[in-house]
Amino acid sequence: MEKNAGFMKALKCRECGREYPLTATHVCEFDFGPLEVVYDYNRIKQSLIRSVIQSRPQTMWRYRELLPVAGEPTVGFQVGFTPLIRADRLARRLGVRELWVKNDTVNYPSLSFKDRVVSVALSRARELGFTTVACASTGNLANSVAANAAAAGLKAYVFIPADLEQGKVVNSLVYGAEVIGIKGHYDEVNRLCAEIAGKYGWAFVNVNMRPYYAEGSKSMGFEIIEQLGWRVPQHTVVPMASGSLLTKVQKSYQEFTKLGLAPETTYHVHGAQATGCAPISTAQKAGLDFFKPVKPNTIAKSLAIGTPADGFYALKVMKETGGAADDVTDDEVREGIRLLAECEGIFAETAGGVTVGVAKKLIVSGRIPANDSVVLCVTGNGLKTLDAVVGQVGRTREIKPSLREFEALLAHEDRVTA
Amino acid sequence: MPKKVRIPTPLRKLTNNEELVEVNAATIGEAIAELQRRFPGIQERLLDDTGAVRRFVNVYLNEEDIRFLQNQQTPVKDGDEISIIPAIAGG
Repeated sequence: MEKNAGFMKALKCRECGREYPLTATHVCEFDFGPLEVVYDYNRIKQSLIRSVIQSRPQTMWRYRELLPVAGEPTVGFQVGFTPLIRADRLARRLGVRELWVKNDTVNYPSLSFKDRVVSVALSRARELGFTTVACASTGNLANSVAANAAAAGLKAYVFIPADLEQGKVVNSLVYGAEVIGIKGHYDEVNRLCAEIAGKYGWAFVNVNMRPYYAEGSKSMGFEIIEQLGWRVPQHTVVPMASGSLLTKVQKSYQEFTKLGLAPETTYHVHGAQATGCAPISTAQKAGLDFFKPVKPNTIAKSLAIGTPADGFYALKVMKETGGAADDVTDDEVREGIRLLAECEGIFAETAGGVTVGVAKKLIVSGRIPANDSVVLCVTGNGLKTLDAVVGQVGRTREIKPSLREFEALLAHEDRVTA
Repeated sequence: MPKKVRIPTPLRKLTNNEELVEVNAATIGEAIAELQRRFPGIQERLLDDTGAVRRFVNVYLNEEDIRFLQNQQTPVKDGDEISIIPAIAGG
């Protein structure tokens, strides 16, 4: 055990329970099960109370006792506390009484929920003495690692599928990160990075730093509870790539309940995937507790993980909470993006379209009852995936700078809409 | 000509820190059995009680996940490379 481990006690295998020291390591040597941070909840209970949280700056670090860094965070201390929007217009369109959007399209600094996990991973990486950080990414994580590493003065290598949206590529390059495009899909990038991580002494945020990294996602759930007035929503719809965010949202609800920060209640956590990459949703709908890997083919590239590392646990969480999963086609993804934009003024990336589209299906089918309260986790910004919607969301009408032409255009529209 | 198996960091304690091990097996399943004969204890790290590949272990033949091939029955030929890789998180 390290001398200064903050509120952390150890890393522990989720499969067999073997414990490990708090180093940069991510799998159990015995059964390859994922390692997870164990906290000293008795000590946390003494300092983490509502009034203390409310007195702290409005960032994800107001819950720092439940985030795995030993000392104060040194990277990304302005991340999080994104708006939770009451989405009444979208609620009417979807046919549900109470709807909220957790809007991580405006997370700081790189416009996706990944800033949450990266600020934790890089803060912890610094504590462990790393000076080079890296990641395997479908895009958003690469952007966040590049941005946060630049601000922290760390060297960054990011590995992405070579066919990513241009917005996501430029959004990594601009920060001076080393961007390596791999000719293959994300699962192949992942496999290569697992091999690279074993060979080089870098902090790979989603490989050897994964136990710390993944915990950052809990802050999204903590914020939802606090912003709802210290209550857990009846339904939460979460997009699934590896399935990690969904499991951490449940963990955040469990921890706040256990610490007395939110009352015990029944809640359901639902998972959303794109039909072109739906290994978890397919398994959930078939009632299976394991998934079959798939080869992704969807415009929702940020969710295109065919071998989801946390798929097994995501299925377990949905089963335990009475949640459901579903998936939507590329057209439904675009429709979801438009619905959210037109009703609430929020431009989400494709994963947001997946979440809205699946929420609609769950409401229509009654799996989310019309009279309940729902939170949608919208995790990334639409400006990064313009390629997916360009030419599909209306068009510009061009006229000369002439009032006569403008009036002719309006008159034409009146005829069309009359 | 033998086939190569790339050993992941968590298992190298069993292989005397060898990163690349050569085997003569004809299938993935035989390769695992051959590893077990030479490095006792390695099989229970890779396979569960029922003999199936553990949930969090991914095995690749060249660059393909064996679950897209014939799992442990997948044939291996000379010059092939088998990689054993832990599942990792999303991005």
